[in-house]
Amino acid sequence: MPSADNSILRLPGADAPRPAPRVLPRFPAPLGLVLPLIALAAWEFAGARAWLPGNLLPAPTVIVVTLADLAKSGELVDHLLATTIRVAAGFALGIAAATILGALCGAVPLARRLLDPTIQGLKSVPSLAWVPLFILWFGIFETSKVLLIAVGVFFPVYLALAAGIPGVDRKLVEVARVYRYSTAALVRRVLLPAVLPTYFIGLRSGLALGWMFVVAAELMGASQGLGYLLVDGQQTGKPAIIIASIILFAILGKATDVLLAAAAAWALRWQDSFKPQTP
Amino acid sequence: MLTLNNAAKRYLNGYLALDGISLAIGEGEIVGVVGASGCGKSTLLRLLAGIERPTAGDAAFDDAPLLGPRNEIGVVFQEPRLMPWLSVEANVAFGLRHLPAVERSARAAETLERVGLAHFAKSLPRELSGGMAQRVAIARALAARPKVLLLDEPFSALDAFTRLALQEHLLELWSYDRPTFVLVTHDIDEALALADRIVLMKGHPGRIHREFAVDLPRPRSRTAARFLSWKEEVLRELHITAASGRSAVAPRLLRAAV
Repeated sequence: MPSADNSILRLPGADAPRPAPRVLPRFPAPLGLVLPLIALAAWEFAGARAWLPGNLLPAPTVIVVTLADLAKSGELVDHLLATTIRVAAGFALGIAAATILGALCGAVPLARRLLDPTIQGLKSVPSLAWVPLFILWFGIFETSKVLLIAVGVFFPVYLALAAGIPGVDRKLVEVARVYRYSTAALVRRVLLPAVLPTYFIGLRSGLALGWMFVVAAELMGASQGLGYLLVDGQQTGKPAIIIASIILFAILGKATDVLLAAAAAWALRWQDSFKPQTP
Repeated sequence: MLTLNNAAKRYLNGYLALDGISLAIGEGEIVGVVGASGCGKSTLLRLLAGIERPTAGDAAFDDAPLLGPRNEIGVVFQEPRLMPWLSVEANVAFGLRHLPAVERSARAAETLERVGLAHFAKSLPRELSGGMAQRVAIARALAARPKVLLLDEPFSALDAFTRLALQEHLLELWSYDRPTFVLVTHDIDEALALADRIVLMKGHPGRIHREFAVDLPRPRSRTAARFLSWKEEVLRELHITAASGRSAVAPRLLRAAV
């Protein structure tokens, strides 16, 4: 026969495991760094030539020196810790609430009909509108800040579950029914794992919002934290401190997102999905 | 041990999928349910599995009403339906949640051994071929040690070679402890090769058209004269001519269509 049927290769006797696709891509060339580096060089050059107003836009080296001074005095670590702890606490609280309510509304139709409209309604309140109320209720200190961050984190994570779970393959759910899984076991053993890819997207959006809201929370009054540094830099007329804080926010936000993305890649290594190779 | 008594199933949209089905499945029997697609075979199996309840008549297991899925009744679906995030081993143990962990993994390992996939215990479903995945699905059902195994066109998505191999494999598994099998299929060869009894169904609404006891000795040869004459008989009942081995609509039906 001219056309060999290669289905014979799949006879049970000839079973061979297919090589698992690489989960981690090779370390990609840092192409993304090229543009910022050129911009930095141009900025430094312009600053050194005094083409830029130094009292409004200090050169990168000035910012680095400012950062180094802050670090030397130990202040920087305190500010970084204060902000990071707030985000971590708010993130944890937001995730916990969103996971419980999202799983409930996703898996139990009655809960969905009862709770989802209210939650969706609250979602359309711009989250910063809660600030005055939270300050009134919980004071100016940590509680109101952590709660505000938690509110920001809550909605994307809730939405990922509440919208993701009804989309889980009915066929897998039926298998759990055949083995007489309770609703709780069904949620834990089938629905949550199946919705994990969507859940991680929700977590990453939630984390981004968490970093956004910590700024708002710290701008509204704090004695420590990167947001406090921003206000301090403005009030004392030190743009270097403001820019340094912005850069630190960028670094922290990116670093935590990279960590979360790595955790997602590890947790989702079972996925049989389109994984484009990094060029 | 598993019976349907004058059972009917009407779906919520008003469609009557099954009507007047009475069927008794005996212990250790292999029953083949054969019919064209859309004739209600799968619905029949879902009633037997307790996944769905009849809208009229009743279903019973060991003389007690069948009100939902039971540990004694295993199901193998048309697709493997493995949990993609669980290893092969964990998939096989999926239905053993009620057992202590040690026994659970021992049973999963033992069942995987029986379907010849012990080496793949740690693999993920995406690393398996279609035939291997379906064997894992069979192992998952067998691991729970059901008294009845219901199979819904389990090999229909596989290529002809794998299908033949798995049919033989299923017979081996059956001879191991002789559970009861109900095999829904549209493959007449498959039903004749495996079943002690064939239930022929016709659709709209699904009813049992005829039952045959297949008195061929095992192991069965698919080319023996008696096998072929049985095949012709079944095809005739389904109004499909066996001429030249190709299925075609009976001339009588064609004329009616013109």
